[in-house]
Amino acid sequence: MRFDDRPQRILLPVSVGFVALSFVLALLFNLLPWRNISGVPDLAALVLSFWCVHQPRRVGIGTAWLLGVVMDAGNGALLGQHAFAYSVLAFAAVGLHRRILWFSPWQQAAHVLLLLLACQVMALAVAMIAGGAFPGYAYFAGSLVGAALWPAATFLLLLPQRRPESVDENRPI
Amino acid sequence: MDYQPPPFFSRGPAPLVRLAFFISLAFLLMVLDARFRYAESIRQGVAILAYPLQWIALAPVELISASSDFFTTQVALKRENDSLRSRQLQNANDLLTLEALRAENAQLRRLLEARERLPRRSTLAEILYTGRDPFSRKIIVDKGSQQGIEEGQAVIDDTGVVGQVTRLYPLLSEVTLITDKEQRTPVEVVRNGLRAIVYGGGTAGTLDLSYMAANADVQADDLLVTSGIDGTYPAGLPVAKVSRVERDAAYAFAKITCIPTSGVEQNRQVLVLSREVHLPRPSAEGPTAVKAAKQKRPRKRE
Repeated sequence: MRFDDRPQRILLPVSVGFVALSFVLALLFNLLPWRNISGVPDLAALVLSFWCVHQPRRVGIGTAWLLGVVMDAGNGALLGQHAFAYSVLAFAAVGLHRRILWFSPWQQAAHVLLLLLACQVMALAVAMIAGGAFPGYAYFAGSLVGAALWPAATFLLLLPQRRPESVDENRPI
Repeated sequence: MDYQPPPFFSRGPAPLVRLAFFISLAFLLMVLDARFRYAESIRQGVAILAYPLQWIALAPVELISASSDFFTTQVALKRENDSLRSRQLQNANDLLTLEALRAENAQLRRLLEARERLPRRSTLAEILYTGRDPFSRKIIVDKGSQQGIEEGQAVIDDTGVVGQVTRLYPLLSEVTLITDKEQRTPVEVVRNGLRAIVYGGGTAGTLDLSYMAANADVQADDLLVTSGIDGTYPAGLPVAKVSRVERDAAYAFAKITCIPTSGVEQNRQVLVLSREVHLPRPSAEGPTAVKAAKQKRPRKRE
């Protein structure tokens, strides 16, 4: 099985249950007690940007907002801080989805790095205005790790949509 | 008859409109949460929904720590047992003198007609996890309103003040550590009784003694304890030790940095102290005295 999709495959339709499951797993990861380790990626943001790029008609700003509120309540952060950042992230990802998919996985990761960094800067700005402390520049390492995980996320999250690789001479595609 | 595009062409409102709607909704939530704290019920609801998620997320961590406890070697246990026994012998001596001192102190206080400090009711709570929010210093503990925890209660460990309960859920509560940037703790310097307020230093894990005059009598290695004036913390609990004092003639205030004495970031168990309310006791002839005072006033005017 090839890692990148060249030439582009025709994928099966996505199942809504799998999308929901991936969000729940990402939230579980984010709610682990990661406090003292820097460079832990925000998997919820990564999975969100993935589905916004691949399924912009199913996952969009509304989903992002809900996910953000759950994140805020789970973390005890200011309610609406992540909801705001994720909404902007989803907007940018949906806006860029036609462009991003033209590139190879690592070039896509470069786009996603910018998206994740912008999301972190939004959350940081809101938190600083609300009176939080600056967490240090290591805070942004999470985005780098998250973007580096993009090709792996692409492979894993598209697995259920791949067709079986059976060679059929009579099938047109 | 109006013609409409088939349903698979309709995409709802434009993305920019949707973004504006959800951003304003997020800002509404933020303002409600930060300014008026109206969003508590929303937060409670989402927190109850997220509770099983958090529980599942923590299960592997619990399992690992439990199994590592189980596989502690016998040598380590033996060594720890020996050191604990020797420490207990040392402590027994201190404990005996402490009992005597406590009795003497109580008697002296009675003599001075000072209010006796009753031991407070306290609840042992275990830290479940530290919040992922990197902008604040908060921990979540496993006791909530069901176990009689109230908002505003002081949280301590065996070596000093840890923080204060700031948010309450049915089964959990959120404790803001004294190192949080928004947390203030009223203290006094043990050496000379100087009262001050300690501010959290944010992510650095230190505390600042702000707004002290440049010539204030504070030295390095001074111990700061709670003053008890606020009615939240009992008096005399160790809070921090002064680590550095910078006096600059250009500024009106000295820059004083302190290090918390308690293991603010290290503990697993903490103690939540119940709040005492000290209202001034009405004197025996209270109401009549007030009446007499009221009656006196018009007479004077006559």
